[in-house]
Amino acid sequence: MIFWRAIVAAALVATSPALLAGEIPPDARRSGYSFMGPDTRAMQDDDSSNPGMLFVLDGEALWTKKVGTADKACADCHGDARSSMKGVAVRYPAFDKAQGRPVTLDQRINLCRANHQQTAPLPYESRDLLALSAFVAHQSRGIAITTGDDPQLNPFVEQGRNLFMRRQGQLNLACTNCHDDNFDKRLAGSPITQAQPTGYPLYRLEWQTLGSLERRLRSCMTGVRAKAYDYGAPELVALELYLMSRARGMPMETPAVRP
Amino acid sequence: MLNGAIRNVAGEAPIRTGKVKLDIPPLVENGNTVPMTVSVASPMTANDYVKSIHVFNEKNPQPNIGNFYLSPSSGRAQISTRIRLADTQKVVAIARLSDDSFWQVVADIVVTLAACTEELN
Amino acid sequence: MAALINIPAKAKRGDIIEIRTLTSHIMETGFRHTMDGTLVPRDIITSFTCRYNGTEIFRADLFPAIAANPYLSFFTVAKESGKFEFEWIGDNGYSSTASASITVE
Repeated sequence: MIFWRAIVAAALVATSPALLAGEIPPDARRSGYSFMGPDTRAMQDDDSSNPGMLFVLDGEALWTKKVGTADKACADCHGDARSSMKGVAVRYPAFDKAQGRPVTLDQRINLCRANHQQTAPLPYESRDLLALSAFVAHQSRGIAITTGDDPQLNPFVEQGRNLFMRRQGQLNLACTNCHDDNFDKRLAGSPITQAQPTGYPLYRLEWQTLGSLERRLRSCMTGVRAKAYDYGAPELVALELYLMSRARGMPMETPAVRP
Repeated sequence: MLNGAIRNVAGEAPIRTGKVKLDIPPLVENGNTVPMTVSVASPMTANDYVKSIHVFNEKNPQPNIGNFYLSPSSGRAQISTRIRLADTQKVVAIARLSDDSFWQVVADIVVTLAACTEELN
Repeated sequence: MAALINIPAKAKRGDIIEIRTLTSHIMETGFRHTMDGTLVPRDIITSFTCRYNGTEIFRADLFPAIAANPYLSFFTVAKESGKFEFEWIGDNGYSSTASASITVE
């Protein structure tokens, strides 16, 4: 047993970039799931009582809906999402050659709509976009996150890391102050998590609906009384890229349930 | 308000404590969605069953939470749902049996606000 | 609107089975206000009914205190093979149905 763990640990160290100061080592990474109470965990565990699954169902319907002047559905190019989308969400945000920068899954969906379906993009945080990204990400449930492996992403991961470490807002707090240095403690009665984005888009009880990581990041920024970046802003993409690469190795849980 | 709502259901009938069990986290993770299970000890036969379960709260803007109607064919007098609680308060579950007797249980629930507020934009 | 129903596909006659339902609905309480102070009008599911081969076996009155995307679980005795029919009725003429089949041996 110890032998295997040593081999796996050596392999991990050999293949993954060195940990920077303050980063949580891979075997200490914990999903937000482990910080919740049993009732909320039960809500996530059962697909027939997980409200996020309602959105996955909606996304499944949208997947086969023909749209745009091209009159094409996602399924026309991508076939059965259960196989074609398996392992996709775990490497997002991903580098887009045409754009020359990383794009999130939501942005990728809208690029597909523009380029291949010839139809208007879905507004950020709209029900349809959330349903589609939930459906796609759900196909990667249980699969380990690999975001950040592409060396083209390095400068953007760096940008995201700097944003994570930077103090901001009237409360002058950086993400790292809570999520690296103080997880497992409490902020006004709620447990502070490590901020691992393993379950997005997720059903947040506070929102009473499904929401994206960008929505969560924006509300965190409002929480420290900083002006939140707009949806789709390069800063939010860089942050998401950094957070996903910081969660490398953890399995996706989409759609998660969180308080 | 709470008492008025209870009287609307039970009239002047006496409400005894017992038989009803309220399964609800004493400290909720988020007041917007609180899982709740109400169960009533009853054989659920044609002559002895739970007709209905009524759930009330003390401090929400409205005292009613839900009314649930059962029959002998329910097999088990147990319902689960998710409720909203605006503040730390009491939740009351009342069961009406087939003999039109009323039984209740009261639970004290602690509700805290979420740590970070969000701009509604 | 989407609905998720969970009932066992098969049961033995006389088994007590659990029926779990989840449907999407905002359940707007009617107590919230917009940023400029206007009251957001109530928009909730007010009633849920379940019929087993045409006979009502469970009914619920729902109030604003029921959380969004209402989840309801209840029990019934498996009597015969057939169909469960679920209906959600609410404000502003809201009406949604779903069904599920069961084989009882």
